[in-house]
Amino acid sequence: MTDQQQLDLRKDEVQAGTTTGLASPSVDVTKERQNSLWSDAWGELRRNPLFWIGAVLGVFFVLMALVPQVFARGADPRACDLANSQDLPSAQHWFGFDQQGCDYLANVVYGARNSLIIGVTAVLVILLLGVVVGAIAGYYGGIADGILARIADIFYALPLILGALVLLRVGPSTGIPIINSRGPGAVAIALALFGWMTAMRLVRSQVIAVKSSDYVAAARAMGASGRRILVRHILPNAVAPVLVYATITIGVIIAAEATLTYLGVGLQRPAISWGLQIAAGQASIRTAPHLVLFPSLILTLTVMAFVMMGDALRDALDPRQRA
Amino acid sequence: MGRYVARRLLLTIPVLLGASFLIFSMVYALPGDPIRALGGDRPLSPAVIAELRDRFHLNDPLYVQYWEYLKGLFQGDLGTDFRGRPVLDTIERTLPVTVQLALVAILFEAVIGLVAGVLAGIRRNSYFDNLVLVSTTLIVSIPILVLAFFAQLLFGLRLGWFPIAGTNDGLYSFVLPGLVLASGSLAYVARLTRTSLAENLRADYVRTARAKGLPNRTVIVRHTLRNSLIPVVTFIGADIGTLLGGAIVTETVFNLPGIGREVFNSIRSQEGAVVVGIVTLMVFFFIFFNLVVDVLYAVLDPRIRYD
Repeated sequence: MTDQQQLDLRKDEVQAGTTTGLASPSVDVTKERQNSLWSDAWGELRRNPLFWIGAVLGVFFVLMALVPQVFARGADPRACDLANSQDLPSAQHWFGFDQQGCDYLANVVYGARNSLIIGVTAVLVILLLGVVVGAIAGYYGGIADGILARIADIFYALPLILGALVLLRVGPSTGIPIINSRGPGAVAIALALFGWMTAMRLVRSQVIAVKSSDYVAAARAMGASGRRILVRHILPNAVAPVLVYATITIGVIIAAEATLTYLGVGLQRPAISWGLQIAAGQASIRTAPHLVLFPSLILTLTVMAFVMMGDALRDALDPRQRA
Repeated sequence: MGRYVARRLLLTIPVLLGASFLIFSMVYALPGDPIRALGGDRPLSPAVIAELRDRFHLNDPLYVQYWEYLKGLFQGDLGTDFRGRPVLDTIERTLPVTVQLALVAILFEAVIGLVAGVLAGIRRNSYFDNLVLVSTTLIVSIPILVLAFFAQLLFGLRLGWFPIAGTNDGLYSFVLPGLVLASGSLAYVARLTRTSLAENLRADYVRTARAKGLPNRTVIVRHTLRNSLIPVVTFIGADIGTLLGGAIVTETVFNLPGIGREVFNSIRSQEGAVVVGIVTLMVFFFIFFNLVVDVLYAVLDPRIRYD
């Protein structure tokens, strides 16, 4: 790797909040047994309390999205009685009632599904775009790289929220399927479309860094095709940093979705979403602060679950941490 | 160095054009009719509509519209909104607010982030180090939106320390929104400084510096910090774009009349010219500061030579 490549890789790592270990390899060759990266990482993860907090929270919210009935304590989020409007939390109804007199716990619990669907879908699209575009740009280089890198620069220069905001505002009046649906799919696609660049740069730098290594040269000498080299030899190297980035990004996307929905361009009523709940609760923040408090709290905990898992994963996969 | 800067400046042109065209096509591909909406309850006469459509080039194909826009742009004319107010005036009115907000945010980010990061990095695994680790995880996880509400609720309404909306108190009214806006990046700066510093403290040149008897302060400030700051500076520079994006939310919640709130309102009311103008400006800032950072890179790290 040249100094400039190493520098680029470092910069991409900083931007993505992850590490590849390639930018500063520190394999301890004096050690007798060389564990694999993943078994070392798992050993490290197991001892990290932050990972366990994140994992437990993550599993908790995934279950909440899958079977909200279990968590709603028997209440139906759509069964409302105006007589209960804005009632404060009680032993019977832990989160109180919202403006329409709906059980708030049930509403907040049912909100998890949309957030997680959008978070996971958007990240899957980001990974798809990032890996494909990044691998092509990095491996083939030349003009293809120049064009793809410029396109990524263009998207990169637009703030995530801003790009998604414009697209979602315009979306419903266009004829493009999914984008014009005002549903979770539209939000996920909009966020992915303006958020794939970091993954792409990460994969690209990684591919460029590994491309010139001896084992790739060996594979090429043995007659392996370009695609085979990419898929079998180069991309597996990118799995670790991309995994860290993806985990954290699920959290980032969930926060962005709540923000867009709060701003009025994301999910729309009657969908159940934390962003909508925060927006509705804002009006009565002095009289019934619990209406903003609970969705905010659960939203934050969900984001935190993914950020903590990603952080722990990064620390575990970072050879620099093991001195 | 001069040639490098010139080349980078040239490279910014396609990016700037591409980004503005991207936004332009999204905004102007709108099939909705802003002219008709302008009339409100009383429909405009067909002659007026035709005249207005013609003036705003709404009947031309997209690329012609964009070309017309570019021609104006190079003459310093960003066009007018549908009420005839020049977009440039709107930007002149709102930009100072956002600049103040961003400056306050960067100040918090750099000062608090660096101090926390340095203190944690010097004494790794100490109580303070763990405190920084846990609190940064917490702060990174709180969406700006949520943080803004709780800052308003706690420091504004409960304690009454800070104003929660508007800019009536001068720079003081930017403290709370600035802190909220900076929060995520602040945590990231702290972590980056910490990791970077701790890593550099293990380097050979630090051992050499210690061995020749330099006091600890000199070793850290003169030798280690300078090297550790390189990724931090990169991050802060690249982060200005993120700050502008975050300003949309912060300014809306704190009711600050800056470009963030302006662009949000314009997106809602389909004021295409204002949206494209402000977004192009944001993109320009983003590219500009990234360039500055790359040049600073060479100043900070003597190993890097661009020519």
